[in-house]
Amino acid sequence: MTDTKKSAATSKLDSALSWVDDRFPLTSNVKAHLTEYYAPKNFNFWYFFGSLAMMVLVLQILTGIFLTMHYKPDADLAFGSVEYIMRDVPWGWLIRYMHSTGASMFFVVVYLHMFRGIIYGSYRTPRELLWLFGVGIFLCLMGEAFFGYLLPWGQMSYWGAQVIVNLFSAIPFIGPDVSEWLRGDYLVSDATLNRFFAFHVIALPFVLVGLVAAHLIALHEVGSNNPDGIEIKKLKDKKTGIPLDGIAFHPYYTVKDMVGVAVFLIVFSVVIFFAPEMGGYFLEANNFVPANPLVTPAHIAPVWYFTPYYSVLRAVPPILNSQFPGVAAMGLSVLVFALLPWLDKSPVKSIRYRGTLYKKWLAAFVMSFLVLGYLGTEPSNIWGQFGSWLGNAERATVVARIATTVYFAFFVLMPWYTKKDKTLPVPERVTG
Amino acid sequence: MKKFLLLLAILPSLTFANAEVHLDKAPIDASNHESLQRGARTFVNYCLNCHSANYMRYNRLLDIGLTEKQIADNLLFADGKVGDQMKVAMNKGDAKKWFGVAPPDLSVEVRARGADWVYTYLRGFYRDESSTTGWGNCVFDPVSCKVSMPHVLYELQGVQVMNHETHELTLTKPGRMSVAEYDSFIGDLSNYMAYMAEPAKQQRNHLGWFVLIFLGVLLVLTYKLKKAYWKDIH
Repeated sequence: MTDTKKSAATSKLDSALSWVDDRFPLTSNVKAHLTEYYAPKNFNFWYFFGSLAMMVLVLQILTGIFLTMHYKPDADLAFGSVEYIMRDVPWGWLIRYMHSTGASMFFVVVYLHMFRGIIYGSYRTPRELLWLFGVGIFLCLMGEAFFGYLLPWGQMSYWGAQVIVNLFSAIPFIGPDVSEWLRGDYLVSDATLNRFFAFHVIALPFVLVGLVAAHLIALHEVGSNNPDGIEIKKLKDKKTGIPLDGIAFHPYYTVKDMVGVAVFLIVFSVVIFFAPEMGGYFLEANNFVPANPLVTPAHIAPVWYFTPYYSVLRAVPPILNSQFPGVAAMGLSVLVFALLPWLDKSPVKSIRYRGTLYKKWLAAFVMSFLVLGYLGTEPSNIWGQFGSWLGNAERATVVARIATTVYFAFFVLMPWYTKKDKTLPVPERVTG
Repeated sequence: MKKFLLLLAILPSLTFANAEVHLDKAPIDASNHESLQRGARTFVNYCLNCHSANYMRYNRLLDIGLTEKQIADNLLFADGKVGDQMKVAMNKGDAKKWFGVAPPDLSVEVRARGADWVYTYLRGFYRDESSTTGWGNCVFDPVSCKVSMPHVLYELQGVQVMNHETHELTLTKPGRMSVAEYDSFIGDLSNYMAYMAEPAKQQRNHLGWFVLIFLGVLLVLTYKLKKAYWKDIH
């Protein structure tokens, strides 16, 4: 192409762009959110998971659209329609495995993303709302996973839904009516399947996408935190007004996130192509038996991403013959994350400058989360019983109670130990 | 033959203690088309009289090296079409009357219970005069050893009895097949049922390697791209 031709083409493109810009803020939005959005230059490994979560969301929506083209939300047809997708729909098995694996991987990346927020204090001022939108996304995701899990209409789908909806009936006074209202029947049935389908494919995805948009808008308003937990906006270049430690999101972080995407897709593909059941953790064996309201499985366990909270539920003993304390504790164990911005009284944000007291509490919290998660996948008699000196209590239940106590203590005692903790001085500029 | 002798040697390990069932390893090999074809024939001849495989179509068996003509000539009834699903003529209500429970659909049985379970179960029937069918099976229910399904293959396997103290099974009346032949026969059937539970598995594993190679190249390229862009960031 000659120079004159080239410049003619460019000017044509420019005039097209300015035609759009006169009518829609295209260029200014691209600048505000990509090319002139300045992110700290010291993002590390932990900063991949936000963009990965967005990618998984897109994958779930796309694969979900194709699944709904073949799936039948009908108690008589649902199980068979999933097998139809697995066998007769061209590439249906791939789309279904992408969706089922995507559900678990969504929680993997979201848990890692949340952990990043915790260790670097990303929930602290001025990012409280950003954090709250995130908690909303997490809740929405849990609902989305729960409603979606009923759809294959296997034994675990059915009885899992039965157990969870029954939890609501433990709420004093209104409980039984609430759970009946949720089911649309006296037990989980075709009516339940239809409404869960509606929640799963339109209601919650709609809210989820809205919350993700709010999460991003809030993020771009206050700017990203970083592993040092310092505000890069405090030190700006006097001439340009660009933060000294900031680099443009595009191209720097778009190309960096592409590396993360490639690594993630490798892990994702290994699961999809070589271990889609993931040893029963992503797809449970009992879910290949069609739902049967007359046969209760011996062991009903939720999918792995719910097991920490399920353990909390089982650990709390009934009080006055009411299961409500357990249900309330389970609800609190999820909602308590929303309080973090106000519980943390430390003068520093990042774990890099915190003292050993905080680190010990965080380690105890992570341990208790993992122990609860593991115990939730197993029946409560997995480790047998203690002797008569402890009233023959089940070992696993006692351990779950200790872990639950540690879990809540991490939050309840946070104002105390973060204030008492000996912190290190925070640098002016970001470190590597 | 050696393999079968080996299987014969581990047969006594079919013992049950404390409601824990020891499962024998099923000889699963999805690339062994002959074994899959023998298993398909067995499935259609013996299992499909009572159990359906509603999600499996006959012409899917093209996957395991059969031709449409072979399927039509050997596996289908006169009026069947190769695109049909493996349905069963037996009425659910009748089945419930006869057996106490309708025989379950077996399309995804291996995904629910595992191939080892199927392999051990079908070799685990023994004579139990106290039961309604005359047969017991501790693999199905380790506690009661009761099972609604009669031993359909007893003419082939022969009759086993169980020692109630050691829970060991011994063959008291040989059938048409030797122990090794029967194990191999059930091995082929288990192999087929594992294939039928997820016909796309072979394709999935095969495709996986190409996807990983592609993503490996993508990783190298994106890494180099990132390095190039980040040259001047310190």
